[in-house]
Amino acid sequence: MKTCAKSLATAVLAAAALAVPPAVAAVESEDPIKLTIHDWTGQYITTNIMGAVLEEMGYNVEYVQADYIAQFAGLEAGDLHVAMEMWETTGKDAMEASLATGKTVDLGETGMVAIEEWWYPMYMKEKCPGLPDWNALNECAEAFATPETHPKGRYLGGPVTWGGYDDERADALGLDYEVVHAGTDAALFAELESAMQREAPILLWIYTPHWAPIKYEGEWVDFPRYTDECYKDPSWGMNPDKAYDCGKPRGWIKKVGWKDGEAKWPKAYQAVRNFTISNQEMGEMVGQVDLDGRSVDEVVADWMTANKDRWMAWTM
Amino acid sequence: MSAPASRDRWLAAGLPRRYAIAWLVLLLVAIAVHLARGALPALATYPEPWFLPLRFWVSDLMKWLVNDFDLGLFTFQEMTRSIAWLLEWPLRAAQSLFAEGFSRGIGRDAEEIVPRIPWIALIVACALMGLSARGRGLAALVAGALLYLAVFGQWDSAMVTLASIVIAVPLGAGAGLLLGIAGFRSVRLERVLVPLLDLMQTVPIFAYLVPVLFLFGFGPVAAMVATIIYATPPMVRVTMLALRQVPADVVEFGRMAGCSRRQLLWKVLVPSARPSLMVGINQVIMLSLNMVIIASMIGAGGLGYDVLTSLKRLRIGDGVEAGLAITLLAIALDRLSQAFANRPPRAHRDTTPPFFRRHPFLIAATALLAVSWMAGSVLPGVQDYPETLEISTAQMWSDLIKWINVNFYDHLEAVKTWLLFHLLIPVKRFLTTVPWIAVVAAVAIAGHRLGGWRLAALTGSLALFMAVTGNWEKSMITVYLCGVSVLVASLIGIPVGIWAARNERVHRVVQVVIDTLQTLPSFVYLIPVVMLFRVGDFSAMIAVVAYAVAPAVRYTAHGLRQVPAQLIEAATAAGCTRRQTLWKVQFPIALPEIMLGINQTIMLALSMLVITALVGTRDLGQEVYIALTKADTGRGIVAGLCVAFIAIISDRLISAWVRRKKRELGLE
Repeated sequence: MKTCAKSLATAVLAAAALAVPPAVAAVESEDPIKLTIHDWTGQYITTNIMGAVLEEMGYNVEYVQADYIAQFAGLEAGDLHVAMEMWETTGKDAMEASLATGKTVDLGETGMVAIEEWWYPMYMKEKCPGLPDWNALNECAEAFATPETHPKGRYLGGPVTWGGYDDERADALGLDYEVVHAGTDAALFAELESAMQREAPILLWIYTPHWAPIKYEGEWVDFPRYTDECYKDPSWGMNPDKAYDCGKPRGWIKKVGWKDGEAKWPKAYQAVRNFTISNQEMGEMVGQVDLDGRSVDEVVADWMTANKDRWMAWTM
Repeated sequence: MSAPASRDRWLAAGLPRRYAIAWLVLLLVAIAVHLARGALPALATYPEPWFLPLRFWVSDLMKWLVNDFDLGLFTFQEMTRSIAWLLEWPLRAAQSLFAEGFSRGIGRDAEEIVPRIPWIALIVACALMGLSARGRGLAALVAGALLYLAVFGQWDSAMVTLASIVIAVPLGAGAGLLLGIAGFRSVRLERVLVPLLDLMQTVPIFAYLVPVLFLFGFGPVAAMVATIIYATPPMVRVTMLALRQVPADVVEFGRMAGCSRRQLLWKVLVPSARPSLMVGINQVIMLSLNMVIIASMIGAGGLGYDVLTSLKRLRIGDGVEAGLAITLLAIALDRLSQAFANRPPRAHRDTTPPFFRRHPFLIAATALLAVSWMAGSVLPGVQDYPETLEISTAQMWSDLIKWINVNFYDHLEAVKTWLLFHLLIPVKRFLTTVPWIAVVAAVAIAGHRLGGWRLAALTGSLALFMAVTGNWEKSMITVYLCGVSVLVASLIGIPVGIWAARNERVHRVVQVVIDTLQTLPSFVYLIPVVMLFRVGDFSAMIAVVAYAVAPAVRYTAHGLRQVPAQLIEAATAAGCTRRQTLWKVQFPIALPEIMLGINQTIMLALSMLVITALVGTRDLGQEVYIALTKADTGRGIVAGLCVAFIAIISDRLISAWVRRKKRELGLE
């Protein structure tokens, strides 16, 4: 059955290949390169820029919607080929596990830096003037409290799957806060939106590049700076007995690809490796889409015209 | 009522004293264990070293299946991949027909040979189907639903969804029919099949999504396979039931006419069971549409993807519009398939009229398709609905939520806080502190009381499984969340059901509301609920109640309406007031039926767990979700089995109770 299916497949492919006229530019393979798309705007933009560049090079590109972590199953099997944003802060473990199988390959950093930290809207500063210094948090615990957590403050953390050690952080720094985990990104920002509409107290996990810190005025809490020792060595930092007595690490955002794709589309993979973009640029584009309501295609097209030299250099 | 009379009834209901003693002993033991938890921790909390590493075994099994299992000529994964490859063809054809048009070549070199079905043609064709199946009303309904898709700019996504439904439903229904026939023919197979069907319907889909992805590849085909696994069981059940219900004389007549076994099946049994079989197909359609959101998470695209992305970007209005599109698509398909199911059989005629007379609608539809296809190449408005004529209510929805949020948040907060402190938190505390051994014993005793030793063994061992695999606390949180939600759903659903049973106009309105609640993807209301009630168990509870209230309403109304008219007349003759008739006659008789509704409510509540994990609950749903995001097959499947076992325990206990009650009431 296997051989039958395979030979049938070969026959069909051969027939298809005959029917297809040769492409404009000579590329190594006509097969579409499948780029994964997730559910946040920034990733959608990065992927579309990369896709546009690959199309300019003459490749066929297909965009496939995939879950951020579940996509590794597809990348390892070769059902999917390139994922443009894998964040150190949230996807490092899954990525390392996948790289260890030898079926995926690290395609380098995107140049963007992921920042994640406790965040509050600007109006909370009036109620808690000591902010952004983290030492002020305990004085204002009641300002951030809800009936369920009273007299402790309430901090809305990310989904459990994101990790982040917030329970440990609150404990190590002696914060009078209860850590509540949102189940998803969407729930996290739904609460933010709701609080902003009412100018209600809120303290939550925000990350960037993202539209939220662009749309809303607010600040990150100033924790003791992250170092590797802080997470590993309890004696480091203000609490001599516990680790995690510092802020969250900032991290790279990397591209990942299916290993065998490197041999199939070598130039395309090189272009993916060369791709870089800054937080600032990304933030502005995300803002144009999410706040000004422009379409991703328009924004990407603008970027492509304005930065022709840059992306041309990636394709060399 | 006097005391002895009530005691007689008590005894007549069959509660022997030994059960009272058993419960009392259990209560005392539970308290003792709880007090002595310092000395006997193993009885209060299941000790970790005793955990069965089942989830690692499952993960290893999966790895072996994917990497090493060799069937001789080909490996297991090659087999599943070939199946995926085969399934991809019809799916792609349907996508081209409805959504993308047929084209040659790939990427930029692609050129369109034949465009997709023009929107006008599809709407009119479906309206004609409605007309031929029932009449003008249905035609208008179907046309209106499809017109909504065009006018609100949902057409492209809706067609992607429709294409996958069009392929998944016949596959699911066909497979279900064949399995059902096999189960009908062999009792032994049926015994294997029934528990398997229970699992397919109750194990949360996220639990087997990862293995499906590994085996069938990433994309629409995997999404379709997952959909079929979820949507097929009712078809199998209905088939077995329907074939068994075919009157014996019909079968006898077939035998006398000299039918072979095969002829008897396909020419006699299946045609006579057709109306019931259509109900099964209808279920397959509805469940497939329920899966749309989850399927979009693994690359199915379409309306589900639109709902998901717009809500993740907090475009509530866009999410509502796309969600309503799913609902309308579901309602249109549901009503159409029901109409075909209930269509009166055509009288057999001696002379067959010519083809065009027999199928006027088919011919009209084909002609229309051809004309509009040709017209579409000249007039773009015929091919695709003009974008300038699209409208959107998205802003209105967002503004509505904002208005409620700004003006009523404090009131809502007060209600929520009260319920949290008086209902949710106490129940949660209780269930998470009760010693595990007491709960297992309680479930077993209840099983024994309602169904004897076999049921006791089943329910007890299923409960034990949760402790042994290390999921006890999460299981108890699940029981708490579902229990509270089912309670609230019943408190809302039963009165509404009673009201609907007594008033035809109310009944019609309620019908529409619960249909919408059941087909509207829960994600659509989950995000507004989070905005109004914040992340936590309360929001989860509201989402569960909204989804699970429907069967409580439906079965209550149905049960009350089924009470024989003579009984009500007798009650009236005996001088009962309307209220007395309801509470003393109708309600007790309808109670078994109502309990079946509660049973369904529990099933639906459990199936919502996966969604509530998205608002941060800490139950089995979350465990399954974490397993999904970590691609940990074993962890997901074991947690999924725990959910299924909770469902099976409650189902078996309630069904046993209903059977007994019906016997007592002389209804069976």
